[in-house]
Amino acid sequence: MSDHDKIYSTKFQDKIERSTLLMFVVTAIALAIGGIVEIVPLFYLPNTAMGGGDGTYNSTVHKDSKGNVISMDKIVWNPATSAHKTLEDWQPGDGVRPYKPLELAGRAVYIREGCYLCHSQMIRPFRDEKDRYGHYSIAEESMYDHTFQWGSKRTGPDLARVGGKYSDEWHRRHLRYPRDVVPESVMPNFFWLGDEHHKVDVAETVQTMKVMTMMPFNPVPKIIYTEAYINGAKEQLEGKTDLDALIAFLQGLGNHIKFEEGVNYRD
Amino acid sequence: MEATQAAPVKYDMEVVRWFTIAAAIYAVVGTLVGVWIASELAWPFLNFDIPYITFGRLRPLHTNAVIFAFGGCVLMATGFYMVQRTGATKLWSNGLAWFTFWGWNLIIVLAVITLPLGITQGKEYAELAWPIDIMIAVVWLSFGLNHIMTVAIRKTSHIYVSNWFTMGMIVMITYLHVVNSLAIPVSLTTSYSIYSGVQDAMIQWWWGHNAVGFFLTGGFLGIMYYFVPKQAGRPVFSYRLSVLHFWALTFGYVWLGAHHLQYTALPDWTGSLGAAVSLAMIIPSWGGAMNGMMTLSGAWDKLRTDYILRFLVVSLAFYAMSTFEGPVMSIKTVNALSHYTDWTIGHVHSGALGWVAMVSFGAIYHMVKKLWNTEMYSDNLVNVHFWLATIGTVVYIVAMWVSGIMQGLMWRDYDEYGALTHTFVESVSEMHPYYAMRVIGGIIFHLGTWIALYNIVMTVRQASGVRGINAVPAKA
Repeated sequence: MSDHDKIYSTKFQDKIERSTLLMFVVTAIALAIGGIVEIVPLFYLPNTAMGGGDGTYNSTVHKDSKGNVISMDKIVWNPATSAHKTLEDWQPGDGVRPYKPLELAGRAVYIREGCYLCHSQMIRPFRDEKDRYGHYSIAEESMYDHTFQWGSKRTGPDLARVGGKYSDEWHRRHLRYPRDVVPESVMPNFFWLGDEHHKVDVAETVQTMKVMTMMPFNPVPKIIYTEAYINGAKEQLEGKTDLDALIAFLQGLGNHIKFEEGVNYRD
Repeated sequence: MEATQAAPVKYDMEVVRWFTIAAAIYAVVGTLVGVWIASELAWPFLNFDIPYITFGRLRPLHTNAVIFAFGGCVLMATGFYMVQRTGATKLWSNGLAWFTFWGWNLIIVLAVITLPLGITQGKEYAELAWPIDIMIAVVWLSFGLNHIMTVAIRKTSHIYVSNWFTMGMIVMITYLHVVNSLAIPVSLTTSYSIYSGVQDAMIQWWWGHNAVGFFLTGGFLGIMYYFVPKQAGRPVFSYRLSVLHFWALTFGYVWLGAHHLQYTALPDWTGSLGAAVSLAMIIPSWGGAMNGMMTLSGAWDKLRTDYILRFLVVSLAFYAMSTFEGPVMSIKTVNALSHYTDWTIGHVHSGALGWVAMVSFGAIYHMVKKLWNTEMYSDNLVNVHFWLATIGTVVYIVAMWVSGIMQGLMWRDYDEYGALTHTFVESVSEMHPYYAMRVIGGIIFHLGTWIALYNIVMTVRQASGVRGINAVPAKA
């Protein structure tokens, strides 16, 4: 028996090393486990904003300081129970809602221009982040974000609650020439988003709305994006520029839920 | 477990040659785009108000170019090279390998066109449009099938450790790419992920971290386990350690993605689990780094004269450093400071420049000599490249460490009245010197890639001048 044949760690390992199929299968199993354990539960556990599209959210319960359960209808806008029945009537504080057509077009611009590479949309539960940006972000707030925009880097500030913080005019000036408003900024100029070559793509935005109702997870309920509403979207989009859309998107960020003191929204 | 063959095998090395040259070219292109976007952050006028070259559009081009164009070509060149030599066999299908080569390069060309046009899915390192995603899946599987079938037809009894790592990468990247890219198209160029919010975040960082873990680490560890012993002329230090390294990494690395999402809206257990496993990963990672380093036992003197070996050894040092830094950054209290800052960028580049690019160039130089059966045009230029790469990397990561930690500290600082000390934009302006320093580090590293390309081209010309490129049989 040659020495070569004796060099192995265990007999099973030796067997694996001699068989392509066995190596492939054992590796494929070992590689699958971690992902399954971390990902699959997020589709079932509470506090993951996984909506059934019918107002149920994996038994998520947020409780106020007295221990009373806060209705999920206060967290996620439900036109069936809300005083405000349409997206146009919706008011900040009514709960998380899907995007309006112009916001959806603006969100596409936000993604296209790679804003998420320098701006996060995820406020962490720290004192300084609360003071700087506002209440920490909760799962429900990005449930309609097909591809989430939490980001991973803050070259610029977090934008999760930028909605309503500045005027439309401020945003217009700032987006066009950031250093006119904030001299130290390193953001590119985006004045060209407002030119005649950058009109909102109406057909694509309408199609995007339809796609959002077809999503297998967290689709926009069809009682919100009704056929009539989607068809009516064209009027809201005609003649708008990418800059208008982007401002609409930014102004709608982060003011959906009326957060109450003393509630732990993370449990 | 290297083949001890009696008769020389005729390998299919032409496709390896092309992948090698492509890798050397993409190293120049990818780092050039990197230097450019780093400069845009230091001096924003460099965006020149041209939509196609703004930071937000070029940054995905930089990451895709260095990871998938440069890294991908290195992995495919070395993958096809190692699997033939360690199995003493030709490729299962040379034709399919050429399909992989042209398919992969077509994808790269499409990326270069679509990303500056703003065609993106908005997922980091998975930006490319859905039709390109389908092409990636097809070409990747063509590479995987060819590699695994070549392993299957090997003439040796055991599968060599490098091929375990490559196989692991092939399987894992397939899982990741398919699951993470599922989307509903709106048009030929636009689509939206079927996942949203929390689930999408977890799936994205399961992809994001394992693209690092299996493409940029596992795949390149396969390279390390072949080229370090080859270049040093010594067997791998410990076979048992390599077994441990492989299985611990294969099983464990998959869990780490969640550490990117500490303190987010993701349930806490997920990030904590990711962090706990991250810490445990120090052990196999350092075991592997030791295994590579100790392979040089008794051959350390070679470092004085063998510049290629220098690349390989220093890459292992950076591998050890960044696999220590990563787990430290995943600890919740550290992550609270480091997340969202330039520290992350520094960490990525200590891995990407120090580990991936260095081990790649070690392998590329080694292969160029073997593939064209010649000496390098200039060994001194290899040495110059080595020093430029090392110094450039160190300058880059030091700049990012300082700026990252400064950002983290400035953002959380309170004055004596209990108010935030700094506005956000103060942290931006404070970063300027470090962003400029990063550009300098990047330029130094980038110059090295030009020298490598020049040296490789001259080497090939010199070899071809003697014999003609296709006539050279690859010798074992």
